[in-house]
Amino acid sequence: MTDTSVIEVNALVKSFGAHRALDGLDLDVRPGEIHGFLGPNGAGKSTTIRVLLGLLRKDSGDVRLLGGDPWHEAAELHRRLAYVPGEVNLWPGLTGGEVIDLLGRLRGGLDEARRAELVERFELDPTKKSRSYSKGNRQKVALVAALASDVELLLLDEPTSGLDPIMESVFQDYVDDFRDRGGTVLLSSHILAEVERLCDRVSIIRSGRCVETGTLGELRHLTRTSVMAELAGPPTGLDGVPGVHGLQVDGNRAMFEVDTVELDRAIGVLHEAGIVSLTSQPPTLEELFLRHYGDAIEESPEDETS
Amino acid sequence: MTGTWSFVRAYLRRDRWLLLWWSLGAALLYWSQAVSVDGLYESQADFDRAAASMESNAGFVAMTGPARALNTIGGQVTWQSAAFGAILAGLMSMFLVGRHTRAEEESGRDEMLRAAAVGRQSTTVATFLTAAIANVCLGGLVALSLIAYPLELADSLALGVGVALCGFFFSGVALVAAQLTSTTRAMYGLTGAVIGLAYALRAIGDVGTPALSWMSPIGWYQAMHPFSGLRWWPALLLVVASVAAVAAAYAVFLRRDYGSGVLAARPGPGRAGARLAHPVGLAWRLQRGPVIGWAVGMFLGGVGYGTLGDDVESLLGDSDLAKDMFAQSGGALVDAFYATMILMLAMIGSGFAISSALRPHGEEEAGRIESLLGTALRRRDWLLGHVAVTVAGTGLVLLVAGIGMGVGYALVTGDGSALDDYVLPTLSHLPGVLLLAAVARLLFGLVPRAAFLSWLALVFCFVVMMFAEIFRMPQWLQDVSPFEHLALMPAEDFRWLPFALVSAVASVLSVAGQIAFRRRDVR
Repeated sequence: MTDTSVIEVNALVKSFGAHRALDGLDLDVRPGEIHGFLGPNGAGKSTTIRVLLGLLRKDSGDVRLLGGDPWHEAAELHRRLAYVPGEVNLWPGLTGGEVIDLLGRLRGGLDEARRAELVERFELDPTKKSRSYSKGNRQKVALVAALASDVELLLLDEPTSGLDPIMESVFQDYVDDFRDRGGTVLLSSHILAEVERLCDRVSIIRSGRCVETGTLGELRHLTRTSVMAELAGPPTGLDGVPGVHGLQVDGNRAMFEVDTVELDRAIGVLHEAGIVSLTSQPPTLEELFLRHYGDAIEESPEDETS
Repeated sequence: MTGTWSFVRAYLRRDRWLLLWWSLGAALLYWSQAVSVDGLYESQADFDRAAASMESNAGFVAMTGPARALNTIGGQVTWQSAAFGAILAGLMSMFLVGRHTRAEEESGRDEMLRAAAVGRQSTTVATFLTAAIANVCLGGLVALSLIAYPLELADSLALGVGVALCGFFFSGVALVAAQLTSTTRAMYGLTGAVIGLAYALRAIGDVGTPALSWMSPIGWYQAMHPFSGLRWWPALLLVVASVAAVAAAYAVFLRRDYGSGVLAARPGPGRAGARLAHPVGLAWRLQRGPVIGWAVGMFLGGVGYGTLGDDVESLLGDSDLAKDMFAQSGGALVDAFYATMILMLAMIGSGFAISSALRPHGEEEAGRIESLLGTALRRRDWLLGHVAVTVAGTGLVLLVAGIGMGVGYALVTGDGSALDDYVLPTLSHLPGVLLLAAVARLLFGLVPRAAFLSWLALVFCFVVMMFAEIFRMPQWLQDVSPFEHLALMPAEDFRWLPFALVSAVASVLSVAGQIAFRRRDVR
């Protein structure tokens, strides 16, 4: 399994009635990596994961999961993965401990020591009935069940949206640990700090299509760096440099953003004017995010069926 | 107390339809008794004879209340309706109080309100006031419907006042329960148990130990003796008990913390039992509450019908209509009567079968199956677990209904062989009941959005049973109902062919539904 991808999706299409939820989506998750899966609400993240789980049937395209067909070999493949849904709904009459055991056993068994450790680290009371759990506690139940299972792949759909920062860092420790043991993770998330902290590669999707994929470094390269400089004299020729945006000149001070590929030329122009002080900031993931789908948020896309 | 009246107004607006239906239902319960007795007997002598046979039937007395003046319409109305009316008022009060107290607190909505500029107790006080208004409304409609019938003014009024006071009392009990428990479910459980106990105490008391009836608020209501020497003083007992219950609730309310109950929520097991991860074990765990509840209810229903014993003839009176209703099949009247009652029980049991067959749909709607199907559990096995519970549960529900009928009959007549006579006939309707469940399953598999339509199938079968003759329904339309084909035991002999055919159709529909589910998207 070391060479082939763990998840391989090509030109995946899935429609709900007239709404095309996935419109030729590509996704490639390699063994041993934590792959961030980003996109605005309704972009098709959950739909993709549900196709990968064989809950939804694809309309067209190729989907391979752990080398198998997720629709026809669902049960066999599911032994090798654990899934945490974005909205964890539990049976009100079962206790958290019962649900952990139920899901774990259905996957083919739990690591008892890790189960006990996780319950303690997540500060979960497993004897409480699920109806009395908060959203965060329901999520913990699903996370404990997933992280205590012996699997190769974790499919996590916004798993930390209800957790407090302390629990979030516990979660991150365990996901790191899972990767160190050789596991692969597909992590859909809105918490950019989490993605930056955990992910080796990310895919950004929008309106059912993958618009960007690569390591964070590669993606940064495609975006703009913001520059603020104090110069010996007034800058000249900056507006002639391609890729410079939002230029503001105030006496000897210049502020602008520049496409990262043109950074060298822009700094060259500044250098000619004589640099007194210079701050430059690489794009944050947030800027990356907003650049890719800032306008999509205003379009207010249709709700995903989840 | 700031804001109390705004809450009362808001609650009444939220509950107005609910209150109307409960009140109309209660009024209908009383009024319909008057209508059904009136004119059933051709002469007063017939009426006297029927009354005498009812009076001597201990099963009847246990079910309804002390037998007084049963040869009058008013006496019959009181006897047949008072206990059930009190239960109705109790249930209405319980749901109403639960909705506005424990459920609000559990969901956290109440927190938002309490943080606003309102008095600490205002939601609780407003809830009791709303319940009081609801019960006045219910009692008022009962009294009005009887006065309008027309029955005697004072006695009709007493029936209305009494049922409203019972409602007050149970509202108080519900308020106490809302303080003691920490979940809505537990609160309903506790209040329901008190209502059940009040009913049971008077049942045992009325049959032979009058002291016990005096320990039950429902007993006090019936001790007012409407239409048979009305006396008002037992109503005072109800007033005092209601005040005591409300005062107790208030005292506990002031002493407890927000969100908590006096009785802590019972912790459950921290680990799952061995069977939970088996599809059947899981389905059973999720459905066992309804299965047990329905089994108990159907058993009691069976006992209720069974205790009519052989009195059927005198109960029905001499009116030709009544006899025609049951003797269509030409058998002996008692057999014909029980054949119809058994069919009726089977139709009621279909309620369980359909709701159980729709349980997978409920699980899907609640978003609880994606985690499950994300494991190595196969769709087929998950659904089969639920199918197994539906089929076995339906069998159980019908079986205990038949046993209940036999037991009730044997209790009254001393004829132990009745058990055989009624168990098999009840079970003989199993294929028809399961066919309705299979329709529900097929809809769940093919068009889950329309799954609720399976209830219409039951309504249709019911209409065919009750009104086919009156509406002059064409035969082919009647034949759509599976129950039209199965033998009406014990009036008719068992027939293998329709039994096997209906079973086969049910199986085909069920399997088709399961296959359809395996091929469709899961929500």
